[in-house]
Amino acid sequence: MEEILRMLELFRRIFVMGCGKCATLCQTGGEEKVKEIAEKLREMGKEITGTVVVDTPCDARILRRDTLKVRRAIEKSDAILCMMCGAGVQNVVGHFGKISVPALNTKFLGVTERIGEFYERCRACGDCILYETGGICPVVRCPKGMMNGPCGGMYEGKCEVGGYQLDCVWVLIYNRLKELGMLDLYKSYKPPRDNSKLNIQPREIIWVKVGR
Amino acid sequence: MSKKVISGLMSQLKVKKLTFTGELEPEKTTNLTHTIEVAKKLRGYVVACNVTDNPQSFAYISSLVASYLVQKETGMETIYQITCRDRNRIALLSDLLGASALGIKNVLALTGDHTTLGDTPHAKPVFDLDSVQLIRMIRKVVDEGVDLDGKPIDFPPKFFVGAGANPNANPIEPELIKFEKKVFAGAEFFQTQVVFDIENAKSFLKETGRYNVPVLIGIFPLRSYGVAEYFDKTVPGVKVPEELLGALAKARDILDKSKRRMKYNEINLDYFVGFIKELKKTTSAAGWHITSVGYETIIPPLVEAVK
Repeated sequence: MEEILRMLELFRRIFVMGCGKCATLCQTGGEEKVKEIAEKLREMGKEITGTVVVDTPCDARILRRDTLKVRRAIEKSDAILCMMCGAGVQNVVGHFGKISVPALNTKFLGVTERIGEFYERCRACGDCILYETGGICPVVRCPKGMMNGPCGGMYEGKCEVGGYQLDCVWVLIYNRLKELGMLDLYKSYKPPRDNSKLNIQPREIIWVKVGR
Repeated sequence: MSKKVISGLMSQLKVKKLTFTGELEPEKTTNLTHTIEVAKKLRGYVVACNVTDNPQSFAYISSLVASYLVQKETGMETIYQITCRDRNRIALLSDLLGASALGIKNVLALTGDHTTLGDTPHAKPVFDLDSVQLIRMIRKVVDEGVDLDGKPIDFPPKFFVGAGANPNANPIEPELIKFEKKVFAGAEFFQTQVVFDIENAKSFLKETGRYNVPVLIGIFPLRSYGVAEYFDKTVPGVKVPEELLGALAKARDILDKSKRRMKYNEINLDYFVGFIKELKKTTSAAGWHITSVGYETIIPPLVEAVK
């Protein structure tokens, strides 16, 4: 909250926008959280010009559709507080000529076990190797991104990074491929990755033409 | 496959002479006087000394510079440790070419400890390659004279290429497969993690013997009970045997300093001479990598005793 207030320091009239999909699921930016933060900001002396939960703020079409009714309120605002992932925030920036303030620190692309329990499973790296690793990703689950097996920091199947709390992903991969009778895949040499495909450079537009 | 002998270490391992290597750990300093002094003490007892590359992710003086200066000042061969933690493939190749220009002959190619475990935990971890890929890259550079993308290198370097291994790994199967990968990638010798459990060492040597690549087993003489206790508690997967820990605990209570030192030495010699002789008799171990930073004085009597 202090972080958010610091960013909003210069602005008085705030519009709060949430996300109806991921941030709602994560309980970090759905109806309830939007209401809650709007209330808090009012208490801190801010004027809330309006709120809306956009179904999928990362989709430009939906963002336009869901904000039609609140367009005027947004226009009157000094800033938009965005309770959504970084992609959503940047979409909002692109569509309204307003300062957009991120309310969340987006952490990962993951899967949901239950509400409040998520696992990061994909880093959108652009060079998928899941077939060779039995469907378990070492890019996202090995702190060193090892490609050819566990490092010396594995102990009793656990990873030394983080104090032996998490499974060593290469032991998981070994067990899975063994189970599948596909240890040859495990034993095969994995060459250095093509980092020119990875997301360490700006990837402004990923243009995929579908069925045209 | 008979390769031209390019280093003293390689020559010893090739003729299957029992081999000892040591370890130097230069620290956060620009002054290598101490490191060079230690190296001088080890000269003649070990054939070569590893020079660590920011061990445990502590930012220290460059291992390349230290490797070069130790060789220059002492005449002893070094084993230049190079890790993937702090360099992408461009920097790795660049440092390797530099190492060769400086007369470095032996390289130990490692992945490196994770940045978050060291004294600069906020650093960006690189890990562009892993150890297996690095070994393969070095072999390509040495054997084919080209870089990873196949571009030719003028005056390609010659290196004797080593790799790490961990006989204490549990489960051991993934580690054994990795050992095989390293052999196929072109590793010419192995130095293992510190081993105390002789059965671990035996079974590891048995499993890896078929590859016919020399394996130097890591040993760690214990300078004092404090060191032993610390090691036992903080290094997962490595237990100091109870009898050894017990003997060191008893020695700690000796009040006279020089008598206590003598007792510590005696305990270490007792244990490690037995350990080495047993492995010498029953396994294909090519030798021993002694990592006894701060306890160099034990190396001469230890080496003499098992010759």
